[in-house]
Order: sequence, then structure tokens, then C-alpha cells
Amino acid sequence: MVGKRMGIGTIKFDRPPRVRAWAAVGGKKEKDGPLGTEFDKVFTDTMCGESTWEKAEMHLQKVAAGMAANKCKLPISAMDMILAGDLLGQCVASSYAARGTQVPYLGVYGACSTMAETLGIGACMIDGGFAQRVCAVASSHFCTAERQYRFPLAYGGQRTPTAQWTATAAGACILTAAADDCAPVRITHVCFGKICDLGITDANNMGAAMAPAAYDTLRTLLSDTGTHPEDYDGIFTGDLGKVGSRLLCAMFEQDGMSIAQRHEDCGKLLFDDKQDVHAGGSGCGCAASVLCAHLLPRLADGTWQRIILAATGALMSPTSVQQGESIPGVCHAIVLESGKKG
Amino acid sequence: MPSCWNPGKRGDYLMQYVYAFITGGIICALSQILIDKTKLTPARILTSYVVLGVILTAIGVYKPLVDWAGAGATVPLLGFGYTLAEGVKTAVSDSGLLGALTGGAKAAAGGISAAVFFGLLTALLFKPADKS
Amino acid sequence: MELTPQEYQQLVQKHVKPSPLGKDMLWAFVVGGAICTLGQGILDFWKAVGLDEKDAATATSITLIGLSALLTGLHLYEKLAKYAGAGTLVPITGFSNSVASPALEFKSEGFILGTGAKMFTIAGPVIVYGISASILYGVILVILGAL
Repeated sequence: MVGKRMGIGTIKFDRPPRVRAWAAVGGKKEKDGPLGTEFDKVFTDTMCGESTWEKAEMHLQKVAAGMAANKCKLPISAMDMILAGDLLGQCVASSYAARGTQVPYLGVYGACSTMAETLGIGACMIDGGFAQRVCAVASSHFCTAERQYRFPLAYGGQRTPTAQWTATAAGACILTAAADDCAPVRITHVCFGKICDLGITDANNMGAAMAPAAYDTLRTLLSDTGTHPEDYDGIFTGDLGKVGSRLLCAMFEQDGMSIAQRHEDCGKLLFDDKQDVHAGGSGCGCAASVLCAHLLPRLADGTWQRIILAATGALMSPTSVQQGESIPGVCHAIVLESGKKG
Repeated sequence: MPSCWNPGKRGDYLMQYVYAFITGGIICALSQILIDKTKLTPARILTSYVVLGVILTAIGVYKPLVDWAGAGATVPLLGFGYTLAEGVKTAVSDSGLLGALTGGAKAAAGGISAAVFFGLLTALLFKPADKS
Repeated sequence: MELTPQEYQQLVQKHVKPSPLGKDMLWAFVVGGAICTLGQGILDFWKAVGLDEKDAATATSITLIGLSALLTGLHLYEKLAKYAGAGTLVPITGFSNSVASPALEFKSEGFILGTGAKMFTIAGPVIVYGISASILYGVILVILGAL
């Protein structure tokens, strides 16, 4: 172990930074999904009373961050740092949401892996003593993503069975230092992933593009920490969807390791099969909102002791896809532990 | 009554609808194979169809189909290519090389202008909405 | 375990469920056929009103384009298209939908650079290559005529 690292690529916190509070907001489809009742706030009007979809996404992010800070009984201006990301070009939803907060702001782009990336960077910032309170937030909006990556909403297109549905949702976490005893969840390890690209060019099959990255990062994390899938109450990938999840399990099986019993996918949790989302949910807001609505509460109340969140991102742009480039995938994993001793 | 209305040939008249349905249906069903089995985007499929329509008309295949199937052959985008090609043919025989440049656009003017104008009207009158 | 892109491609093929081709084709056949039958009805109407063959065909296209733009604005065309696939894409109504939908969607970027400029993102190539192909055909006809 060199410095704060262990193994090939895992960061270990001796004094684990904490997650003090969190909030998840979602749109109508997310409300109708299996996790609908677990959101802190849902907007049945996905325009959120704004005049454009981009403003609506900004609104989602603002509300999520505000509610998370509120749960710590702090204004957002009390944060030392905001780490935020979304899917839009130049990360505008995040930048505009942070406008007026008077808090130092770092925009982060990791596509659908953004939430794990902001949490990971935030935890490092806190462990290094560079910040005491960090707000990590990510959002996505179905309509802004469709406009940017695919077709106009009113265009009559057919989705392929491998396509995923961008979540209209945002999740925000407030990270605090190890000394904060009130904070119910700890971040013990972070494993930032490397880019994996096995030549998938189909932008309608992002699960397949991201699965190799998830496999790589999870395998690194497990071998670096000397742990096995059974040591965790759950391994939650970001949004591989159905196709990517099957591929991930298949790749682990080729190694003689079974993760199927422990593995779940945020993209599969967020929506129901009946909701016509094809392979499942996606988008920064998918992993972010499932984490804040579903995973963190279970760690906080001690139902689970230790989980991995491995959020995955497909890092293509509309331009790179048109130029025929394959889709690079990335996966960042964080290990979350319950502060409660079970 | 207009001259084409001929009650004595009601059977033929109805059959025209059957031919239109079958021809249009088959063209669309075959196109579905392109959507499901290839990675061709809709824009590529539509573009290929219009060009294909011009080619099929040029080699004399499409006109007989239009005569038989009526709207079943003219309503799919192949028919747009047919309109372009027929327009050019007439214009070339009327005014030579100049007709080669004007004929297609002239024949398609109604469709293109309508799409542009109704598109603008749609933008003016309606609001974007989320899908669910 | 290290996978090569080729090996991974094979693995992906094994785990991807194909589109339900039979069902999709049936939908495309029925809806596409129905739109063409409607077109035939409109064509006969315009003829009955007294337009000649050519004008009636143009009027039919315009009518279908108008109807499709209306359905696009009401967000009904996309709902039908979800099932109909090529059945709503290939008829001239699909062309109209591809013009009207970006016009509506990009209104938020203004009427000039949004609606006006984005209107042709999908339909533009159709016009570009359709007209170019027709010009090429015309030039060939001129050359053949001169020979």
C-alpha cells in the first residue's frame, strides 16, 4: 500500500468521509415506477413549471441539492464545494443550477457514471482536508437528452430492444468529514475506473458499451480489497440495463465468479418492465436518484451493512457517433458502509 | 358528376383501394426489415428510398406500379422519387437541359412547400411535450 | 479474463434479444397500408372535385402532409409510430413528421435558428439527394436525346 492507495487502483480511506444527508427528485415516469414512493419529491409536470426542458433539468438539480442541504439544516451556501454533473453539452444544467449559490463549483462529466464520480472526488477532497462539506449532485432529463442525442420528441421513431430510457431525475448527497458522528453512511473505498472500449458502435446499446468497464472496475476493486461479492449486501451497477447486466454476469462467470446473486442495476430498479423502457433506465439521474431514494436509506437504517455503487458511463458524443467512433465506457465504484453497527 | 366517377365499375373502384392497401403495406413491411435488421437510421432509409424511387422510375419499373396500385405506390417516399423523376422527364422534353434542373423541384414543389409551411404552423400552434 | 473486441461482439450477440420482426412487420404492413388507402381516398376525392390526375396527386400529398403535421403537433403521430415503425416512417406522412417535429421541438432556440434551421435536420438529406438524383436523371435524358 502506497499512501492512501491499495492494490492496483483502489483508494482506501482510513478515516472514511461520511454521507450526512441526501435527496432524490424525479419526474412522472419515475413516480410511476417501483421506487416512486421513495423519492423525496416528484414532478408530475416534467417541465417543472419552467419554459424549456433545460431549465427544467436545472430546476430538478437545484431542488435536489437544496433538499439535501436542508436535511442537514444548512443552506446550500454553507457548502465548501459543489461537485455536479449532467448529460448536456458543456454541463449547463449543473452550472446554471449552481449559479447564485456563491459556492465554489466544479462541473464533472462522466455521463451516467457522474454520481459515483462526484462522490468519489468529494470523498477525496474531504479526506485530504480540502473541504469540510461537499455537495455531490447529478441530474438527467429525458427530454433534454433526447433532444441532444437522438430525435425530437414528437418524431415518430422506434426504439430498439437494447435502447435505454433516460431518467428524469436528480440525486444530491452532502458529504462531511469522518468526525461527523451524525452522518449515517461512510465511504470507505473509491475505485476510479479506466476507459474500456471493446468496439461497440451502436449508440442504442449503451449497456453493452459500458459492461466491460463495469467488469474491469469491479474486478479491480474486489481484488485490490481482497473481498468477494458475498462480502457485500449488494453490488449496484449504474445503469447497464438488462443487456449490460447480462453481459456483466456472463463476464464474471467466465472468471468462475458469480455475482448474479448480489448484483442489481439502478437502470432496472428505477422502472418497471410494463413502463416500456426497453432495456431499462439510464442517465446521470438514474444512478443518482436510485442511490439517494433506495440505497442510502437502507444503509442508514442498518438493513444493509456494505454495498458497492458502480456507476457506469458511455462517453460518446453525437459527433463521435456520427463519425463512426466506437463508444468508450467508464465505471467508477465506491464502497458505502452503514454507520450503524448491525 | 366528374368524369372519373363511374358507378358501373364499382368493383374496380373498390379493388383500387385493396391494391393501394396491399402495395403500401408491403413496401412498409419490407422497410421494417431494414429498421430491425440493419443499423440504418431513419434519415438514411428515407434518403435511399427517394433516390431509389428516381432510379426505379428512370428504368421504367415504377410507372406501371403506380398505374396498378395508385396511392399505394405514390404515398410511400418512393413515390416522391417517382414525382421528381416524372417531373424531370416532362421538363426535359419541353425545355432540354434547363428542364433537367427545374423539372424535379417543380414537380415536388407542392409537397416540399406544404411540409415547410405546415411544419412552421405546427411550431407556432403547439407546445413540445414529454413522452410517457 | 481479457476479451478481444471480436470475442466481446460474439458475447453481445448472444445476449441481445432481437427486435420482434414478425410483429413489427405486421404493424408496418397494416398501418402503412392504411395510410396509403387513406391516400387513395383523398386522391379520389380531389379527382371527384374536378382536379386533373397530376393536380389531384399533388393535392393528395399536401393533404396527407397537413394531416401528419397536425397529428405531430397533437403528439399523436409519435404514439402511433412507436408501434407502426416503418408503417409511419415510409409514407409521405413520415416525411412531414420529420419536418414538423424538429420545427416544434427547437422552437425554444428561437424561430430563426431553432425552428427555421433545425426543420431540415432529418428531411434535408431527402430533399438534397432526391433533387440531385432527379437532376442527374434529367442530364442523362438530355444526353440520350442528343445521341
